Amino acid sequence: MPTEILMPALSPTMEKGNLSKWIKKEGDTVKSGDVIAEIETDKATMEVEAVDEGTLGKILVPEGTQDVAVNTPIAVILADGEDASAAVAPAPKAAEPAPVVAAPAEPAPVAAAPAPAAPAVVSAPAPEPEVPEGTEMVNQTMREALRDAMAEEMRKDGDVFVMGEEVAEYQGAYKITQGLLQEFGPKRVIDTPITEHGFAGVGVGAAMAGLKPIVEFMTFNFAMQAIDQIINSAAKTLYMSGGQIQCSIVFRGPNGAAARVAAQHSQDYTSWYSHIPGLKVVAPYTAADAKGLLKAAIRDPNPVIFLENEILYGHSSPVPKLDDFIVPLGKARIARPGKDVTLVAWSIGMSYALKAADELAKLGIDAEVIDLRTIRPMDTETILASVRKTGRLVTVEEGWGQSGVGAEISARVMEGAFDYLDAPVLRVYGKDVPMPYAANLEKLALPNVQEVVEAVRAVTYR
Amino acid sequence: MAVAAKKSPAPKAAAPRAAAKRSDKPVDKLDFSKEQELAAYRQMLEIRRFEEKAGQMYGMGLIGGFCHLYIGQEAVVVGMQLALKQGDQVITGYRDHGHMLATGMDPKGVMAELTGRRGGYSKGKGGSMHMFSIEKGFYGGHGIVGAQVSLGTGLAFSNHYRENGNVTLAYFGDGAANQGQVYESFNMAELWKLPVVYIIENNKYAMGTAVNRASAQTDFSRRGTSFNIPGEQVDGMDVRAVKAAGERAVEFARSGKGPYILEMLTYRYRGHSMSDPAKYRSKEEVQKMRTEHDPIEQVRARLLDKGWASEDDLKAIDAEIREVMNAAADFASHDPEPDPSELYTDILR
Repeated sequence: MPTEILMPALSPTMEKGNLSKWIKKEGDTVKSGDVIAEIETDKATMEVEAVDEGTLGKILVPEGTQDVAVNTPIAVILADGEDASAAVAPAPKAAEPAPVVAAPAEPAPVAAAPAPAAPAVVSAPAPEPEVPEGTEMVNQTMREALRDAMAEEMRKDGDVFVMGEEVAEYQGAYKITQGLLQEFGPKRVIDTPITEHGFAGVGVGAAMAGLKPIVEFMTFNFAMQAIDQIINSAAKTLYMSGGQIQCSIVFRGPNGAAARVAAQHSQDYTSWYSHIPGLKVVAPYTAADAKGLLKAAIRDPNPVIFLENEILYGHSSPVPKLDDFIVPLGKARIARPGKDVTLVAWSIGMSYALKAADELAKLGIDAEVIDLRTIRPMDTETILASVRKTGRLVTVEEGWGQSGVGAEISARVMEGAFDYLDAPVLRVYGKDVPMPYAANLEKLALPNVQEVVEAVRAVTYR
Repeated sequence: MAVAAKKSPAPKAAAPRAAAKRSDKPVDKLDFSKEQELAAYRQMLEIRRFEEKAGQMYGMGLIGGFCHLYIGQEAVVVGMQLALKQGDQVITGYRDHGHMLATGMDPKGVMAELTGRRGGYSKGKGGSMHMFSIEKGFYGGHGIVGAQVSLGTGLAFSNHYRENGNVTLAYFGDGAANQGQVYESFNMAELWKLPVVYIIENNKYAMGTAVNRASAQTDFSRRGTSFNIPGEQVDGMDVRAVKAAGERAVEFARSGKGPYILEMLTYRYRGHSMSDPAKYRSKEEVQKMRTEHDPIEQVRARLLDKGWASEDDLKAIDAEIREVMNAAADFASHDPEPDPSELYTDILR
């Protein structure tokens, strides 16, 4: 039997990659462990080793092919005496909908729930108010948008520098800082040892002296080691010094669940930081917001917690082509206007909310979706105005429910728009468990579109 | 002379020294000029009188919360400050009144902060543990044990980044020296050759825990050995020894060679904070330090010995200082509390 070699998933969130080079040619003998090809992912260039032995019978995906979906057959290995012609049978399906690595083809335990991962292209409209009419829009991944934001601010202001683990020579664990070392040099793009508590403190100290550090955490899960410096030193010193010592610093990195990385690497810290006076907390969903908000965060004189999402890094959406595109902190965005119910979400929670809105439209329910974008300070007015119109509210977040951001929004709506509510506020949130590893359990632990739909149906009595 | 009498409580302190650089330590010339002796005497006495006044006001209920007095350790900050120049920075923990006065901060503003009044350095919002003065290069005033070590390393990072030739003094105690982030900071400071002097004020007790009950290595000057950071033990009760070591360390850091560690062997006469009865040590131990090693008495004796000052001269200095501290206390007692609107200011800029 000819053996198919499939496009491998080289990271928990990889959906596709580029086949940059074939090391072996058709007709070459291949032994287990031989490097047969090089594949470039959004994070790194990796070598693919053969598992099976035989002859490389047929290359199905030529080198140089971009965006090859994970699990696409890329070549066929023939055992002794087999013929290449027998192997061509499964033609490569070009760029089919990327099978999400974490979602193997098993019966989904949550009935009718689409996979939680968002589609490759975020279907959000471009932010209106910040962009002048007629501005050219360029599709960018969130990864590129974040890098551009840092690069632009570093060009503008010599006090801005970036530090963190693997940000320089490795080009970023998630490639967010790609190219920055080459442009700005090792003085401003600084690889730190694995020492979160220490380098967070060093960053805060540098900020107290007037520099504007961007501190990258490889993930916010590791920032728990550093949270004392973030809260006790960065957030409180302006107050404790009677306004003398400011701390203009951005702590950024991926937050929340990626895919299949279990409990210690999947926590959502949004509500933790959202609790703290003296911090600003930002969690973008679109590439444009990621860019505009990160630029605003770097310029902000206060400590800003900038919560990214690993799954969204590779997603593309339109970014305005402007010399200096800024999205102000503290302003929510109405991502989809509607009249029957208000959905409030942010970061990857938006992918559930928007998909649910599509489903709800089929049921004749017109949902308004608000992308909160900044969690602290919270744009309560935009939420209240929407609820006064719709009379119903459902919040969506991946974090846990207790003391979550949805709980806070719910309280604010009760305080500010109680008389307008036609139904209790409902929250959709991550299940009250540490994140499990098993694919089916992880899927169960996260919110899903169906839960959002059900919650909306409950508050609209439909 | 007190130099030889200073010893850490644990015999381990006499163990062979690993850091080769330490053996290069020159024999310091401890001679101060008359002016230097008088200036040191005055500055140390200011700190002592300030702290005594603060203790008194705490007892009167004018100062709340925690109040950690520096009495006994005055030679450390006064000697180190003599090694600094304009633009250098100082950061420390919560036993910080002495450091503030040594950098030249106004006793009125410090005392008013202790009483939580609007004329305090932090407008009454920081208290005893949280005061700052960018003008004087003083960056706090930090309440989380050890946090100032990373922050101070960050200040040094900024000097390195700006290539401004400034040096940071990061003070911490023998207790903080066991915090993990101290070593994270040591590593980065040496890796990046940051201009920072780490000053470990070993006053022998981390709150109520004696050094040898908490520290496997009680020679704190060796705590940087595995990072190749040179260190030395200094008689922290002798202001001349402190200054000499301070100049050496600051010069080392300023010249781009990286961090330097000074372990100051010192002693606090009072409890950890005002509420500490100090049952963990004997009265005799405290008394012995006071009579044999007091930093101010040492200078006083030399001034009198050499005929550089008479008893009356020194009394006059004392009276002058008491006057200043009384005025500070008076100001701090009568200055109004912050306006209620200050509750919501300085949270964000």
